[in-house]
Amino acid sequence: MALHDVWFGLLAVLFLGFLILEGFDFGVGMLMEPIARMGSGDREPRRRAVLNTIGPVWDGNEVWLLTAGGAMFAAFPGMYATVFSSLYLPLLAILFGMIVRAVSIEWRGKVDDPKWRGWADFGIAAGSWLPAVLWGVAFAILVRGLPVDAEHQVNLSVTDVLSAYTLLGGLATCGLFLLYGAIFVALKTSGSVHDDAFRVAVRLSLPVTVLVAGFGIWTQLAHGKAWTWLVLGVAVVAQLATVALVFTRRHEGWAFLCSAVVITAVVVLLFGAMYPNLVPSTLDPRWSVTVSNASSSAYTLKIMTWAAAIFAPLVVAYQSWTYWVFRQRISADQIPPSIGLARRTP
Amino acid sequence: MNVVDVSRWQFGITTVYHFIFVPLTIGLAPLIAVMQTIWVATDNVAWYRLTKFFGKLFLINFALGVATGIVQEFQFGMNWSEYSRFVGDVFGAPLAMEGLAAFFFESTFLGLWIFGWSRLPRLVHLACIWIVAVAVNLSAFFIIAANSFMQHPVGAHYNPTTKRAELESISTLFTNNTGLAAFGHTVTASLLTGGTFIAAVSSWWIVRSHSQTENGDARSIYRPATILGCWVALAATVALFFSGDAQGKLMFHQQPMKMASAESLCDTQTDPEFSILTVGRQNNCDSLTRVIEVPYVLPFLAKGRFHDVTLQGVRDIQRDDQQRFGAGDYRPNLFVTYWSFRAMIGFLLFPVLFALTALWLTRGGRIPNGRWFSRLALLTLPTPILASSAGWVFTEMGRQPWIVAPNPTGDPKVHLVVADGVSHHAPVMVVISLVTFTLIYAVLAVIWFWLLKRYVVEGPQEHDAEPAAPAPPGADEVAPLSFAY
Repeated sequence: MALHDVWFGLLAVLFLGFLILEGFDFGVGMLMEPIARMGSGDREPRRRAVLNTIGPVWDGNEVWLLTAGGAMFAAFPGMYATVFSSLYLPLLAILFGMIVRAVSIEWRGKVDDPKWRGWADFGIAAGSWLPAVLWGVAFAILVRGLPVDAEHQVNLSVTDVLSAYTLLGGLATCGLFLLYGAIFVALKTSGSVHDDAFRVAVRLSLPVTVLVAGFGIWTQLAHGKAWTWLVLGVAVVAQLATVALVFTRRHEGWAFLCSAVVITAVVVLLFGAMYPNLVPSTLDPRWSVTVSNASSSAYTLKIMTWAAAIFAPLVVAYQSWTYWVFRQRISADQIPPSIGLARRTP
Repeated sequence: MNVVDVSRWQFGITTVYHFIFVPLTIGLAPLIAVMQTIWVATDNVAWYRLTKFFGKLFLINFALGVATGIVQEFQFGMNWSEYSRFVGDVFGAPLAMEGLAAFFFESTFLGLWIFGWSRLPRLVHLACIWIVAVAVNLSAFFIIAANSFMQHPVGAHYNPTTKRAELESISTLFTNNTGLAAFGHTVTASLLTGGTFIAAVSSWWIVRSHSQTENGDARSIYRPATILGCWVALAATVALFFSGDAQGKLMFHQQPMKMASAESLCDTQTDPEFSILTVGRQNNCDSLTRVIEVPYVLPFLAKGRFHDVTLQGVRDIQRDDQQRFGAGDYRPNLFVTYWSFRAMIGFLLFPVLFALTALWLTRGGRIPNGRWFSRLALLTLPTPILASSAGWVFTEMGRQPWIVAPNPTGDPKVHLVVADGVSHHAPVMVVISLVTFTLIYAVLAVIWFWLLKRYVVEGPQEHDAEPAAPAPPGADEVAPLSFAY
C-alpha cells in the first residue's frame, strides 16, 4: 500500500471527524427554532439552551473541515483543484452558510434585542440547513462522477449537479444530521428541552431511516464494491438500533453512539465507493482523477504523515477534554439573563 | 471583463478584508493574556476588568476573522485551480499544518476560555488564553511561509513529468529568509495594531471618565492600559523598522522589479535618491517627474551602505526578464506599488506620535483630560490597520504579473504568471461570487464596526466588576451558567 492510499484513508478520517462533530452542530442549528417552539412558556431560554449545547465546541469542530480542505490541498492537489473549481456554486453556497452561521452564533447574544436575535437565528438556521443539505449533494456528485476530461478540466452541466441521486444524497445527510442533532440535544439537556428533543427524534426517526436506507442502497447498487455491502449492513443495523433506542426515550448516550456509527458507515461507504478514484470521470474512466494521478509527491506525503501522526492524536485528546469539561446537561432554567447591550446607548 | 481580473479583484478584496481582523486578533490575544496574567498574579481587579473589557472586543473581532478566513483556504481551489495544481505539492502542506498545529488549538482553547471562566481553575483558564495567543501567531507563521513561497520560492524543484513544483525540503521552505522576515514584520505590525487599539480606546476612556468625574477608573484602569498599549506600540515600531529593513534588503535582491517600482526607479542608477514625491501623467515610466528626493536613503535601504550602490531600473529589468522568460510585461502597476509603499510607512507615523504624546501626558501619574486628546486617540485607532492593508497591497501588487515569482538563485523553472494560475471559469461565474462576497462582507463590516463601537462606548460592564466565585462542586445541575451565548 502506497502513501497516497494511506492519505486517502486519512482524508476520509478528517471528513469523518468533520461530519461526526459538525453533524450535530448542523442538527442543533436546524432544530433550535422548532424545539424552542414546542414547549409552552418563554421560547428564548429554550432557544439558548439548545444553542449552548454546542456553544464552547462548535468552532473547534469546524476546524476539522478546514483541516480536511488543507489536507486535500496538500495530499491531493489535483483533486483539490478539480473539485473546488468545478463545484463552484455549491461551494459558494456552503461558504456563504458558514460565514453567516459563524457570525450569527458569536454575535447573537451581543445585543439584547428581539429583532437582532431574530436575524441571528435566521443566520444560524440558514447556515445550518444549507451545508447540511449541500455536503450530501457534494459527496453524491463525487461518487457519481463528473465530466472530467483528459486535462482534468470539468465542463459542468446542471444535470451533473442536480439529479435524483444527488438530491437524495442531500436529503439523506440533512435527515441524518437532524436526527443526530436531536439526539445530541437530548443528551446535553435536561428538563422540558430534553423531553422535546426526544419527541423530535422519535418523529424524525422513521423518515430519516427511509432516506438513509434509500441513499445507501442506491450508492451500493450503482457504485459500491463487494466489501461495502458489509458497511451498508453496519449502517442499517446501527440505524435500526438508533431508532429502537430513541423510541425508549432513554439511553440517549447509546442512541448518540449508534447514530454516530451510522454517519461513520455512510462516510466509509461513500469513500469506499469512490476509491481509488477521487473524481470519477463520466466521459472516460481513464480520465478519472485518482489517488495516484492527483496525489502529491512521496516526500510531501511523508512530511504530512508525520504532521498528522503527531498532531491529530493531540487534537483528539484536547478536544475530548473540552467535551469532558462541558459535560453537564443544560436546562432552560439555567440560562442566565442576556448580558447583551441594549440596541441604543441609554 | 476577463476572468483573471475578476479573480484578482476577488482575491484582493477578500484578503485585504480578512486582514482587517487578523492583525487585531494576533495583536490583542497576547496582550489580553498579559492583562489576565497580571490579574492572576497581583489579584488587582482592575486588570480583571480590563481583561473582560478587551476580551469582549477581541471576541467580536475574532468571529469575523474566522468567518472570512474560511474563504481564504477555499478560493485557491475555486478561482486559482491551475495555480493549485502547479504548487499544491509545496503550498498545501503549510495550509494543512496551519489547521492541524495552530487553528485547532486556537478554536478549541478559545471556546474553553469563553465558557470556562468559573468552570476551570484560574491557572488552567489563564493557560487557555496563552495557548490561543501562541496559536494565532503560529497560524501566522504557516500562512506567511506559504505566501513567501509565492514571493521567493525555495525548497522546491520543477518536475517535468508532473509539470509542477515539488517540495524538496520542508525545513528550507519553513526557514525561507523572505518568510522569516515577513513573519517578524507581520507579527510586529499586529502587535502595533493591538497595542494602538488598547492605548487609543483607553485614552478615549481616560478623558471620558474624567469628564464624568464619578469614579477613579481613569487612574486605576485606563491609565495603566494606555501606558501598556503605548509601550507595546513603540516597541513594535522599533521591531517593524528592523524587520521591514531586513525584508527590503532581501527584496532588492530577490524581487528587484518590485523595489524598483516602489521607488519609481525607471533607469539603472548608481546611488539613486529616495523619492518622497513623484508624479506622473500616465502610469508608466515615460511621464514621471521626481519632485522631492532625499539622498543616501535608498542605497542604505537596499544594501546597508550610503555609497557605491547601483540599482537596476524598471526598464532594464523588464528587458532582462523578457530575455529570460519570453515576451511579456513584467512590470507591476507603478502607481499602486509606489503609493502603497509610502502609505504603509506614512500611516505608521500616527501611532508613533500618538504613543509618544500619550506617554508624555500620562507621565508621573498625570491624567490628561483634553478633548483633543480623545479625538486624536480615535483618529489614530485605525491607522495601523490601514498601514497593514497598504503593506499587503504593496507586496502582492508588487509581485505582479507573477503568482509565483521566479527566484534568481533557485530552480529557474519554478515560476508562474497570474494569468496561468487562474481557473478556466466563465467570467460571469466569478462575478457572481465576487458580488456575493462583496455584499455580505460590506454588511458584516458595518455590523462589526457598530458592535465594536457600541461595546467601546459602553466600557467595562457592571457584571464584570468582580470575578465570579468558582462554582461549588455538585452545583452544576441547578446553578445558572456563568456564561451562555
